[in-house]
Amino acid sequence: MPQRSTITRLARATGAAAAACALLATAACGSRAGEETQAAESCVDTSGDTVKVGALNSLSGTMAISETTVRDAIYLAVDEINAAGGVLDKKIEIVAEDGASEPTVFAEKAEKLIREDCVAAVFGGWTSASRKAMLPVFEDNDSLLYYPVQYEGLEASENIFYTGATTNQQIIPALDYLAETGVKSLYLVGSDYVFPRTANAIINAYAEAHGIEVLGEDYVTLGSTEFSTIVNQVKSAGADAVFNTLNGDSNVAFFREYANVGLTAEQMPVMSVSIAEEEVGGIGVENIEGQLAAWNYYQTVESPANAAFVAAFKAEYGADRVTSDPMEAAYTSVHLWAATAEKAGSFAVADIQGAADGVSFDAPEGTVVIDGANHHVTKTARIGEISADGLLHTVWESEGAIEPDPFLDGYDWAADLTVSK
Amino acid sequence: MDLLVGQLFTGLSTGSILLLAALGLSLTFGQMGVINMAHGEFIMAGCYTAYVVQQIAGDAGVSLLIALPLGFAVGGAMGLVLEALLIRHLYHRPLDTLLVTFGVGLILQQVARDVFGAPAVNVSVPPALRGGVDLLGVTVPKTRLFIMGLAIVAVTAVALVLRFTPAGRRIRAVVGNRDLAETAGISSRAVDAGTFFIGSGLAGVAGVALTLIGSTSPTTGQSYLVDAFLVVVAGGLGRIKGAVVAAVALGATQAVFETYSTASLAKVGVFIVIVVFLQLRPQGLFTLRTRSLA
Repeated sequence: MPQRSTITRLARATGAAAAACALLATAACGSRAGEETQAAESCVDTSGDTVKVGALNSLSGTMAISETTVRDAIYLAVDEINAAGGVLDKKIEIVAEDGASEPTVFAEKAEKLIREDCVAAVFGGWTSASRKAMLPVFEDNDSLLYYPVQYEGLEASENIFYTGATTNQQIIPALDYLAETGVKSLYLVGSDYVFPRTANAIINAYAEAHGIEVLGEDYVTLGSTEFSTIVNQVKSAGADAVFNTLNGDSNVAFFREYANVGLTAEQMPVMSVSIAEEEVGGIGVENIEGQLAAWNYYQTVESPANAAFVAAFKAEYGADRVTSDPMEAAYTSVHLWAATAEKAGSFAVADIQGAADGVSFDAPEGTVVIDGANHHVTKTARIGEISADGLLHTVWESEGAIEPDPFLDGYDWAADLTVSK
Repeated sequence: MDLLVGQLFTGLSTGSILLLAALGLSLTFGQMGVINMAHGEFIMAGCYTAYVVQQIAGDAGVSLLIALPLGFAVGGAMGLVLEALLIRHLYHRPLDTLLVTFGVGLILQQVARDVFGAPAVNVSVPPALRGGVDLLGVTVPKTRLFIMGLAIVAVTAVALVLRFTPAGRRIRAVVGNRDLAETAGISSRAVDAGTFFIGSGLAGVAGVALTLIGSTSPTTGQSYLVDAFLVVVAGGLGRIKGAVVAAVALGATQAVFETYSTASLAKVGVFIVIVVFLQLRPQGLFTLRTRSLA
């Protein structure tokens, strides 16, 4: 029977492909930083007129949609610093690598940047999986990574500077805002991976402590576009608001379905933590107008630093481009590194780590200060509303910058969540 | 009870999306045995066809009507090129075909990224298809009703072509017994190319329709590929009827599981059902009786 034999062929082919993948993966693992790299001597050479840094972003694969914008922001910051004379009188030279949306590739390329290109610091990474994969590489080689994206917290490496928000600078303020506006019940929708799961654990603990009822919690696989059941369940649950931790393309399908079944921002607002200016265009502003987002920066933030940043970005990359929170955090991370090097008078990792505490930068989002204890930065939390022009406008902001607290030590209700380091 | 009935209707709508994505594959994979990993990228090409047409034509309704046939032409043309340049030389080498078409898929994704940019683009839904209809306690978006209708039309058209046209008879003859069909004077090479054209064209149509509910980005096609293969394998290779029943059954299973658990668990549930089902019936729901010895 031909169909039987075709299936057998398919099975064989699939099996062979899987075996090939496994082989590749092993090879990749084999080439990663091992014990022999312990206490490797840094090969960073700053004797010339330039200092090399790495830009490690996904330029291909599913994350390219977001990470290419971060790369643009890194280049902009480097150009600015070079135009102003460089760092410690040396021009910055970027060595760019493609993380290809694969954590193992991120680890490999990080290793290459540190050991072959001898860069003084690396800027990039987006998904928590990519950061977790790079962390041992940077620790083993005692090098520096500047990670520019909001994330789930519960991490503090000596070798990583986190310039995006941790949970107490984004998720908790978003919950505070919802509670302030009278929300008594929530429905949680997220993609099924570490960030939404951790975020929802925090949300559940917060809700329990603050008398908010969580009516439902649903996860879909990354990239899923099937939301009819979930949206109908959200609708019949009748929560006061939805907390959305979906990532990537799923947001498009979710918001289209949401609008189609007749749910509006007035009836049941959706608070999102992964939708920024870049994503609004793809979802279609008519499907998402009036919904809320929680970030630390919007293109519309009014400050001289932001006006200069937006103008410079549009001049470099085109008037139709928008600036978003992770881009701003990446731009800020380069400036923070440069300021720290100037303060330390050196590019050596130990000197940067020693000088980091208290280093500040007048960022587009407002002044940020590095916390030397946990390597995060202070950030102002902002709730934004998506308006018809496709931009987000601040409707609420925290009183001043919030100190980073990645392990939520300052929150009694979060005591059970904070797993040990 | 109402909820269950409502969920079954949701399942029908999910099933029709699966079916639309899988219909082209049931021709190229089901009938010809070609494992085309770039099928998802043909769907993606259909999505971008809808986007480009809408940028030019402006009106969302008019552009949808233009984009549907144009999507067929674009997908079909890409399929013809792929068949002529690569797949033709790799018949009976399924592993090579799998790897080559996987590579082609990656290339097409990167091309889309370079041409249209990495962020998702927005294809507006025609005003007539916005909003939803209340059916038995669940709200079904009009876009989904439209896709259901389109799936029915597409399946009917394919079935009629296969059954009643000379071209369709030739396709069935080649699938039934390639050597005997050639002996009878049928150019199997032309038939292969034609089948691949139709199958790939259907992927393009699916892409146009799927812009109504999903995102349009370089990786859009990927999210439909696995489900499409599932439908074809579970339905039984070579049987359009099997694809229809399998798509609806998978959609309903997913929807019912989802009501009583979570979406991720529902996905796991569906996979378990399929694994058990294929253990019991490896040839799928329906089998094609042929006289070939291959």
